[in-house]
Amino acid sequence: MAQAETTTSEGKYYVPHASPWPIFGSVSLFVLMAGAALTLEDSGAGPSLLTLGLVLVFALFFGWFRTVINESEAGAYNLNVDRSFRMGMSWFIFSEVMFFAAFFGSLFYARQLALPWLSGAGSKHLTSELLWNHFEAHWPSNGPGLLGPRADGSFKTIPAMGVPALNTLLLLSSGVTVTIAHHALRANNRRVLKVFLALTFLLGFLFVFLQAREYHEAYTELGLQLGTGIYGSTFFLLTGFHGLHVTIGAIMLLVIWLRVMKGHFTPDRHFAFEGVAWYWHFVDVVWLGLYIFVYWL
Amino acid sequence: MFYRKVATVLAGLAAATPALAYESTYNLPVGATDISARVFSLHMMMFWVCVAIAAVVFGVIIYSLWKFRKSTGAVADQTLTHSTNVEVIWTVIPVIILVATAIPAARTLIAMEDTRNSELTVKVVGYQWKWKYEYQGKGVSFFSTLAAESNYARQLGSGVDPTTVKDYLLDVDHPLVVPVDTKVRLLLTGNDVIHSWWVPDFAVKKDAIPGYINEAWFKANRTGRFTGQCAELCGRDHGFMPIVVNVVSKADFATWLDAQVAASKAGASAADPSAPAATAAAPTASL
Amino acid sequence: MAHADSLAHDDHHDHKPHGIGRWLFATNHKDIGTMYLVFALAMFLLGGFMAMLIRLELFKPGLQFFDPGFYNSLVTSHALVMIFGGVMPAFVGLANWMVPLQIGAPDMALPRMNNYSFWILPFAFTLLLSSFFTAGGGPAGGWTLYPPLSLQAGTSFPLTIFAIHLMGASSIMGAINVIVTILNMRAPGMTLLRLPLFCWTWLITAYLLIAVMPVLAGAVTMLLTDHYFGTSFFNPAGGGDPVMFQHIFWFFGHPEVYILILPAFGIVSEIIPTFSRKPLFGYDAMVYATASIAFLSFIVWAHHMFTVGMPLAGQMFFMMSTMLIAVPTGVKVFNWTTTMWRGSLSFEPPMLFALAFLFLFSIGGFSGLMLAIAPADYQYQDTYFVVAHFHYVLVPGAVFAIMAGVYYWLPKWTGRMYSMALAKWHFWLSTISVNVLFFPQHFLGLAGMPRRIPDYSVQFTDWNMVSSIGGFAFGVSQLLFVAAIIHGVWYGKPATAKVWDAGVHGLEWTLPSPAPYHSFEEAPEIH
Ligand code: HEA
Ligand code: HEA
Ligand code: CUA
Ligand SMILES: [Cu+2]
Repeated sequence: MAQAETTTSEGKYYVPHASPWPIFGSVSLFVLMAGAALTLEDSGAGPSLLTLGLVLVFALFFGWFRTVINESEAGAYNLNVDRSFRMGMSWFIFSEVMFFAAFFGSLFYARQLALPWLSGAGSKHLTSELLWNHFEAHWPSNGPGLLGPRADGSFKTIPAMGVPALNTLLLLSSGVTVTIAHHALRANNRRVLKVFLALTFLLGFLFVFLQAREYHEAYTELGLQLGTGIYGSTFFLLTGFHGLHVTIGAIMLLVIWLRVMKGHFTPDRHFAFEGVAWYWHFVDVVWLGLYIFVYWL
Repeated sequence: MFYRKVATVLAGLAAATPALAYESTYNLPVGATDISARVFSLHMMMFWVCVAIAAVVFGVIIYSLWKFRKSTGAVADQTLTHSTNVEVIWTVIPVIILVATAIPAARTLIAMEDTRNSELTVKVVGYQWKWKYEYQGKGVSFFSTLAAESNYARQLGSGVDPTTVKDYLLDVDHPLVVPVDTKVRLLLTGNDVIHSWWVPDFAVKKDAIPGYINEAWFKANRTGRFTGQCAELCGRDHGFMPIVVNVVSKADFATWLDAQVAASKAGASAADPSAPAATAAAPTASL
Repeated sequence: MAHADSLAHDDHHDHKPHGIGRWLFATNHKDIGTMYLVFALAMFLLGGFMAMLIRLELFKPGLQFFDPGFYNSLVTSHALVMIFGGVMPAFVGLANWMVPLQIGAPDMALPRMNNYSFWILPFAFTLLLSSFFTAGGGPAGGWTLYPPLSLQAGTSFPLTIFAIHLMGASSIMGAINVIVTILNMRAPGMTLLRLPLFCWTWLITAYLLIAVMPVLAGAVTMLLTDHYFGTSFFNPAGGGDPVMFQHIFWFFGHPEVYILILPAFGIVSEIIPTFSRKPLFGYDAMVYATASIAFLSFIVWAHHMFTVGMPLAGQMFFMMSTMLIAVPTGVKVFNWTTTMWRGSLSFEPPMLFALAFLFLFSIGGFSGLMLAIAPADYQYQDTYFVVAHFHYVLVPGAVFAIMAGVYYWLPKWTGRMYSMALAKWHFWLSTISVNVLFFPQHFLGLAGMPRRIPDYSVQFTDWNMVSSIGGFAFGVSQLLFVAAIIHGVWYGKPATAKVWDAGVHGLEWTLPSPAPYHSFEEAPEIH
């Protein structure tokens, strides 16, 4: 790939010339989204398009990141470029925060406004009497229609003190291990780095595994499903998107670990490591919010 | 009240301007309730406030455009780059204007939200694409749909000239009938999607939301036929679910209501209740 | 300065890539900016074409041409195409071209992502518009996508939602790029309070974008799961609330309308000082006003929802906070006015458009202020008064500012001066017809005509006819815009580096016209 280097205050700012990945990525997303839409609409071509889209997106990440890693290892990026990456990553994490904010917002709205109104509180005081047969809400709630898989509309929630508490512990310790790994990297202690980085993503995958088991139990034994009214909706979308982020984060940690094994990163130049670590702390913090507002309160 | 006075004066000014007289095709109606008249004066007050500010600001701009043309040899004054004093002034003055206008607005809003002491309660349910009215505690309820003549004319390629249709798109088979000088409370909800019940002459527009009850009220101060339309996109025929309210004298209302009750007892088909207003045809009353 | 020659063609490191690959694989901010602008123009024409069909159906009462369902699809996609395909990409295109030039940077900070954020867009709109060819037709629930109505759609439903996801991803990437470029790539000495206002407004816009596009993504994701996976976010039987969608949507939607206007403010703040031959009055105040508008935009959203039955306290709060926005916006208007005061004014096409913006945006702002009065909004809400309001701020507001920017910077991009006569014809015809088009809609709304209806009762006929005639005239006038650009790009006379015989200021004018392929190889010195 051709490249041009231009000077700024700190020397050369790397400006890549011509890259196939953006257009490749756009086509992949198009295939993925069209496939998903058709799958949801039960159209024949849907699933195969969706699969193709997934493969393409995977190839995209592989190819694009490989290019970037090679450039990085070849020393193309100066400190200014490095700072651009850092800023970019922080703003990306901010956008993720706002994505979760939408779902937390709906949780608070449902608990603080919608359910009280359905129970006849405040400005909609006839709602409960005229429409919902004198319904009175208690959290957790699946609404006046008692929606859910069971005929009597009952369901159980996952107690905060069980596996979720354990999961909190796992994620918090993974936050510690990644920090230890980071210190080790800065101190150029590669052995400690390797061990603690590996520990971090193992903890992450363990978290995902336990979460999956919880989901299985919720679906099969607790009557808690996506369709279990507003509780099920907020529970599964919040924890589900979080779980997805943990999975992605853990995969990123794994990739970073593989790069460490290949000898990448120096004590003072390791943006990729830090970016992933920030991301990991972000999923950590989201989990704390989840633990408090979804499981606990 | 000072603010109310300002509002009234401004509204009076507006009414005095022939071009902006009410019942026009280009302004809000003063309407048939006290609230709608207050809303009208609020509207005119805000309008004149905006006109006044616009006159000043646009005046200055147009003056500069004329006075400081380069073609007439104007030379730019490079030193005029900021002045804390004027900046404070033109921040504070708008704040004062806004506070002054917010006060009457807040008063009207509080009055509009006060649904206490109503004398008649009607539950209004929005359907795709018609309204259902249920007189609470009276055992009377009926659907109100676009009048047949309009409905025929509005079909794509019907060939009917809408100007020949009586009250094109603003006519229904069974209007809502209410007594004059009576505080009527509406309980609104939607059956399928969100609709919005709007009659400009009452200054009432409230969404009918599935699963929730919203309240609104009006107290008409004159009899007559008032029309409105659904004001929330509700699908294909959103444009074709008008609202017609006949406000009748209290005596006429009592007669009408009795007829409805009798009809509902006798069964919908047998009855032919005489409607108090010419346009009010026989509702298919049912409980 | 890096380049002194005026016929810059290539930089010495590399050759300008040729053929289709130059565009498909682009990483150059100018090429990507050009693609954004061309795409935006195409979408403006497409969205405008839909608007023409809308005005055609509304020319007189009775249904002449379209099924009501198809009419709703036209309205919905007109709005989505104009907002997400027209105005927003046009702003990103201008940012791509101008931000590196104005801050003295070699390119955008993240060039490959830059290309990615562009190329997602054509695919997103393919997805969106392909729904017109599926069973059930295009999206017809309005651009606001309120459930439960939006859940009733057919195949257009997932297509619209995924298209919005893609547009959001594109916007977020574009915004990250702008922020990082401005914060990290400024030439030495370009302190934040020396940043040109176009960069400042874009910086704040980018922040808004990153804050609210993910919220929109969340909102439509909830629609998706409600439709396909049985969740109850907007279903009261399960404890949800359809109105909750409106809150989440407008938490995005109101900042979004400032996303559509802040860069316009920036453009106007560049142009008015130039043609007044005088520095901008109250630069610092402009920056603070922009920031205040952005801040306030997060706490006013429910003014779109006065009729949903909010508690009284909520209505009061949103009424007052909305009214407050007039204050910082007023500061801007007053600053522009004072910039012209004791200036030396000339009226080239960019200045003409900026002036029309000043008048007509203010008119739209005034009607916005009337809408903010909750009790009065009960009468205006969902009528043509609202349609008139937002077209005034969007068309002679945002769109005119974009046109002003194009007329201002086009010679810098292409090295050629377009035909002044053509541009002035475009200006006068547009400005007259846009008022014929949208001013009568105020009357229609006040007289009681609801929006989003394909047919109306006969007393609304006259003003609708006037509006439609204005609409067709405005549409035809836009052909002059296309003509002026095409003529200018290929046949215009060479432009000088300063382009304007006026008080130009800013780094972009220190480069030759056309600006060299790589803008600032070496960072310029700022004094
Ligand atoms: C570019 C886009 C843009 C901009 C800038 C604005 C600006 C404003 N808007 Fe607008 N608005 C929209 C786009 C925009 N809007 C859209 C698209 C919709 C409809 C969405 C839909 O439903 O589909 C809408 C709808 C909308 C509503 C809801 C209407 C309804 O549905 O019932 C309201 C209500 O408050 C509102 C208010 C305002 C206000 C107060 C401003 C203010 O920011 C205006 C401030 C400016 C001025 C006031 C003028 C200049 C100031 C001075 C000269 C100073 C002195 C002035 C005074 C002190 C009065 N807008
Ligand atoms: C940036 C945003 C933007 C822009 C630029 C426009 C531009 C225009 N809009 Fe748009 N509009 C919206 C945003 C915008 N609109 C939104 C958000 C809605 C609300 C949707 C909803 O309710 O969900 C809306 C709704 C809306 C309605 C209300 C529909 C209804 O409620 O039923 C109408 C009706 O007149 C309308 C008209 C127009 C017209 C005539 C233009 C013109 O300015 C367009 C001019 C441009 C051209 C015409 C293209 C150039 C010319 C050609 C391609 C040549 C061909 C020309 C001819 C055939 C004459 N718009
Ligand atoms: Cu019912 Cu619109
Ligand atoms: Cu708004």
